[in-house]
Amino acid sequence: MIEARGLARTFKSRGRSVEAVRGVDLDVKAGELVGFLGPNGAGKTTTLRMLTTLLRPTSGTATVGGVDLLADPVGVRKQIGYVAQGGGSAPECRVIEEIEIQGRFYGLSKAEAVRRGAELSGQLDIEGLEQRLVRTLSGGQKRRLDIALGLIHSPQLVFLDEPTTGLDPQSRANLWEHIRSLRDQHGVTVFLTTHYLDEADSLCDRILVIDDGRIVAEGTPDELKARVSGDGVAVEVPAESVVDAAEVAGQLSGASDVTTADNTVRFRVPRGDTALPELLRALDSKGITMTSIQVQRPSLDDVFLTMTGRSLRDAEEGGGDAA
Amino acid sequence: MLRETWLVFRRHMAISLRNPAWVLIGIMQPLLYLLLFGPLMEKIVSSTPGFPPGDSWQILAPALLVQLGLFGSMFAGFALLADLRTGVVERMRVTPVSRLALLMGRVLHDTVQLLVQALLLLLVAYLVFGMRAPIAGVLLCLIMVMLLAVTLSSASYAMAMIVRSEDVFPALLTTISVPLLLLTGILIPITTELAPDWLYVLSRINPFAHVMDAERASFRGDYSADGLLTGSVVLFVITILSVWWGARTFQKENA
Repeated sequence: MIEARGLARTFKSRGRSVEAVRGVDLDVKAGELVGFLGPNGAGKTTTLRMLTTLLRPTSGTATVGGVDLLADPVGVRKQIGYVAQGGGSAPECRVIEEIEIQGRFYGLSKAEAVRRGAELSGQLDIEGLEQRLVRTLSGGQKRRLDIALGLIHSPQLVFLDEPTTGLDPQSRANLWEHIRSLRDQHGVTVFLTTHYLDEADSLCDRILVIDDGRIVAEGTPDELKARVSGDGVAVEVPAESVVDAAEVAGQLSGASDVTTADNTVRFRVPRGDTALPELLRALDSKGITMTSIQVQRPSLDDVFLTMTGRSLRDAEEGGGDAA
Repeated sequence: MLRETWLVFRRHMAISLRNPAWVLIGIMQPLLYLLLFGPLMEKIVSSTPGFPPGDSWQILAPALLVQLGLFGSMFAGFALLADLRTGVVERMRVTPVSRLALLMGRVLHDTVQLLVQALLLLLVAYLVFGMRAPIAGVLLCLIMVMLLAVTLSSASYAMAMIVRSEDVFPALLTTISVPLLLLTGILIPITTELAPDWLYVLSRINPFAHVMDAERASFRGDYSADGLLTGSVVLFVITILSVWWGARTFQKENA
C-alpha cells in the first residue's frame, strides 16, 4: 500500500535549513495497521504530510495506494483518506454540509454522499447530529466526524495523524475500537502517528519508531520489546537458596544481568515466556523451592530508551516543534 | 472545475446566510460616511472649484462603492486564515478537488456578497438622499465594483496564504489599505486643481485612482473614452494579475 524510499524533507527558515526528515524508507502492506511512534518534532507529521501530497519531498520517492506520489499527486489523493491532527471540519458549518461537500469533492453525487455519510455516522456513533453546527459537538464527536470525512469515499488506505490527542480516556478507548474495526471489518489499511506508547502498543500490528527524522526501529510491539531489552524475570526463593538459584538462572540460554537481593534473583532473558519452563525444571532438579515468580515485559519506553539513548519523555521535553 | 467552484461558493454562501448580520456590519462604514459626511459635501462641492462635474452625491456614492470594494474584499483573507487554523484548507487540499476551484468559489462568494452590499448602499442613497444617476451608468459602475471585489479578494487570499498569521495579516492590511485608500481620492477627489503636483502624480501611480475616475464618470453618465477607457483597462489588467497571483499561490504544492 505504501512504499517509500529515501523520503526526506528540509525546511529553510531565516537562512537556516532544518532537516525534519532525513531519508525514510517504509513499506506498509494492504490490511496492516501501522503506527509511527516518536516524540513531538521527530518528523512524524512531516512524513505523513509528504505521503498525503501536502508537502513535496526534498528528495526520495514513494508509491502510495499503487500510485506514484511525485508523478500523480491527484491520483494519490483519490486513493487515500487523511485525518489531520486537529481535524478539518469547520466550526461554522453543519455536520451534514461537511459530509455532503466532502463526498462531492471525491466525485460522489449528493445522494451518494448523504447515504455514505449516514452509513459512517452509524459506524462511528455520530448519528442524529446532521443538523448540528460543528462547533457544538463534543471533542470525541468532532474527532469521529473528522474521521468520517476522511472515509467518505471508502478509501482502502487511511492516514490518521495523532488520532486520540486531546481526547478524554473514555473517548480514546472508544476511538481505538473504531480504528480496529476499520481494519478488521472493512479491510482498510491504517497508518497512524502517535506519541503515546500505550496507543502504539495496544492498537498497532507493527510500529515504526522515528527519532530526529530517521526510523530507528521497526517491528511488532512484541518483537521490538524482545529485540531491544528482553524481559525481566524476578524469582523469589528461600534466603539460603539464593546463590544456587542465581547460578541456575545464569546458565539459562540468553540470560544476562543476573542480580540478587535478599531472597530474590533478578535477570533478563530475550523471552520470558519461553525461558520459564526451562527455569522451573532446572530449579526443581536442584531441589530449590520457589515462592513466587514474575515476568516483566519491557515497555515501548524501554525500546525508545535503548534505540535512542533517551526516554520518550526526555525526548518530548528536549525536542523542538519541527513536526 | 465549474461544478467544484459552485460547491465551494454554495458552502460559503450558506455560512453567510446563517449570519446575515455580517453583510450589514460590512456596509456600516460606507453607510456612516453617507449619513454623517455626505451632507457636508453638498456645499463644499458647489463652492469649491476643482471638483469633477456632477453633484455631491454623484461624486460620493461611487466613491463609497469603491471604498466598500477595497475595504470589504481586502479583509476576505481573514476567513481563509481561520480555515487554515482549523485545518479546513488542509482537509480539502487532500481531496482531488481542484485547488483553483477552492479559490474561485470563495472569490465568487465575496463578489456576490459585495454586490448585495453595494445595492443596499445605493438604495439608501437613492431613497434617503435623493441621489439620481442614469441606470446604465449605475449598472456599469456595479460591474466595475464586482471586478474590484474579484481583484481584491484574490489578492487578499494570496496574501493570507503567504503570510499565514492572524497577527501579521491585519497589520499588513492596514499598511497597504490606508495609503491606497487615501491615494484613491475617495472623499475628496485628487484632481489637478485641488491637489499639489506631487500628490497628483502619486495618485496616478495608484491603479485604483483610475478605477475611481471611471466609476465617477459612468455614474454621471459620461461614457466617453476619455472618462472610461483608462480606468477600464487598468481594472481589467489588475483583475487578471490578481486572479493569476491567487491561483498560483493556491496551486503551489506546499501552500
